Amino acid sequence: MSRKRLKNTLVAGPYLVWIIGFIVIPLMFVLYYGLTDGDGKFTLDNVRAISEPIYYEALFLSLDLALVCTIICFLLAFPLALILRNMKITNKGFIVFLFILPMWMNFLLRTYAWQAILDINGVLDTFLGFFGIEGFSIINTPAAIVLGMVYDFLPFMVLPIYNTMIKIDDNVINAARDLGASYSQTLMKIILPLSMPGIVSGVIMVFVPSLTTFAISDILGGGKMLLIGNIIESKVKRAGNMNLGAGLSLILMIFIVVNMLFQARYSKGEDKSSLI
Amino acid sequence: MSNKLIDLVNISKSYDNELILDDLNLYIRENEFLTLLGPSGCGKTTTLRLIGGFESPDQGKIIFDGQDITKLPPHKRTLNTVFQKYALFTHMTIAENIAFGLKIKKKSKAYIDDKIKYALKLVNLDGYENRMADQLSGGQQQRIAIARAIVNEPKVLLLDEPLGALDLKLRQDMQYELIRLKNELGITFIYVTHDQEEALTMSDTIVVMNQGYIQQIGTPENIYNEPENAFVADFIGDSNIIDGVMIEDKVVEILGTKFACVDEGFGNNTPVDVVIRPEDVELVSPQEGIIEGVVSHLIFKGVHYEMEVQAHGYEWLVQSTKLVPVGTKVGIKVDPFNIQIMNKPASEDEEAVMLDE
Repeated sequence: MSRKRLKNTLVAGPYLVWIIGFIVIPLMFVLYYGLTDGDGKFTLDNVRAISEPIYYEALFLSLDLALVCTIICFLLAFPLALILRNMKITNKGFIVFLFILPMWMNFLLRTYAWQAILDINGVLDTFLGFFGIEGFSIINTPAAIVLGMVYDFLPFMVLPIYNTMIKIDDNVINAARDLGASYSQTLMKIILPLSMPGIVSGVIMVFVPSLTTFAISDILGGGKMLLIGNIIESKVKRAGNMNLGAGLSLILMIFIVVNMLFQARYSKGEDKSSLI
Repeated sequence: MSNKLIDLVNISKSYDNELILDDLNLYIRENEFLTLLGPSGCGKTTTLRLIGGFESPDQGKIIFDGQDITKLPPHKRTLNTVFQKYALFTHMTIAENIAFGLKIKKKSKAYIDDKIKYALKLVNLDGYENRMADQLSGGQQQRIAIARAIVNEPKVLLLDEPLGALDLKLRQDMQYELIRLKNELGITFIYVTHDQEEALTMSDTIVVMNQGYIQQIGTPENIYNEPENAFVADFIGDSNIIDGVMIEDKVVEILGTKFACVDEGFGNNTPVDVVIRPEDVELVSPQEGIIEGVVSHLIFKGVHYEMEVQAHGYEWLVQSTKLVPVGTKVGIKVDPFNIQIMNKPASEDEEAVMLDE
């Protein structure tokens, strides 16, 4: 018995080292810096800083854009997953592959590409100019940031939803139809609830990175749109104020933890493998 | 019996250029327990799905109660299906599963509650309202699937191999259960299975199918005792299928020996297939038999012994309650009534059908 336990511990060892070294210890550092001042004395000032307009406005804008991005991703991904699921072709994997193909390109490169497209006198502007539409440019607006986030994070929504959906037995859908449900009733009462585990993990996987992003808002917002991620980045990197950055990160973490708890509630008793 | 309730007229259906059903004609009478029986790929499930509305035929018409329903989507058809592997809604309780169809039809809550109670009682699962579907055993899930279908008061219940996933004992119990349900509900059952025993036990009418063609339609007795071709004889129960020549009316030559039979009208000196059920072969002393042979194998099967007898170059399958040891010289005798004569398949197509099995 104890031998078996020893063996189990040995096997789990590397993961334990990973978790402690790369997750627990960094978190402790964030906690430490967030709750102390530059001299190492305990303070709540860094966390309390969120009550200043510049910070909470950035946080609200971030939540706002992350929410919009998540909703748009869902509205695009759900029908797409449904269409893929219903297609009578054998090579569905290939089509899914096409959707995740952009992920093979560097994320910053993709974002810079959007900048080139959306910029004033950029590709889109010039193209529209041929049709007499002048001055069309959404660069440096929230719309540009949302566009960039949706483009970057859409695969994270498509994959989990698609993976849950293909596990729904055709006959379950047929049974609903057989019992008198129209297609839209079947969609709302059967397909949507049964896809919930995938939708929930998709929402998390899109919402969390879009809430914390700073690169996309930097590039497509022209540095004018300050998201909470940008502020944390500038505090840590440019102002060298590790403590304030960590304090704001703690605030952000609250939202992420709430998000995660929401997921845990939904995935309870569900097929755990469907989370990704 | 009563009127035609469903009429399938000249139905053809193919997938990926592969013909599944070829010009199929079949009618189903009101209040009938009809079974579509055949090996996998014979088109039986496709036929059921066409009736249910989950497929549409390439050609032909489906008439239901005097109306052409060929183009009607499944949710507008007044029939319900019990699917293979139950297909319960796992995110709902048992009560919600059963209420699904009634809620869609906007029935009153009191009516729905009554119906749930009635249906659960009917399938012997009172008190299961608040369980989740996946907490139930396979047999229980199947009963719920039936309850979920019948609360909608369909005129026809379609059952797609509903007992396939259950173990033998449970399957036998459920067969009696289904007969009882059918009698209590007084509706038409269309049942799909590849299990000949299930078909024989429950059906009023059996439709034997193979490779998209109907091979024979008849009562269970009819199908078993008088198979129309070698495929049916082979698929339903065990049988000895032997090449023979019809010498004249009531005389057939099998393995070089003349046997008396009761069939007429095949003409003189016509090659035929002869079917003799293993339980109809009598083993007697060598002098009394029509032909002589030696017992080569013996297996105890519970209700009877199963023996193989080598006689005139053919291995006869024999079932008998009397044990005859291996090596014994025996005579083989068959009552003329138990010799079934069938025409040889006319076309190469039909030949292929036989060889496939």
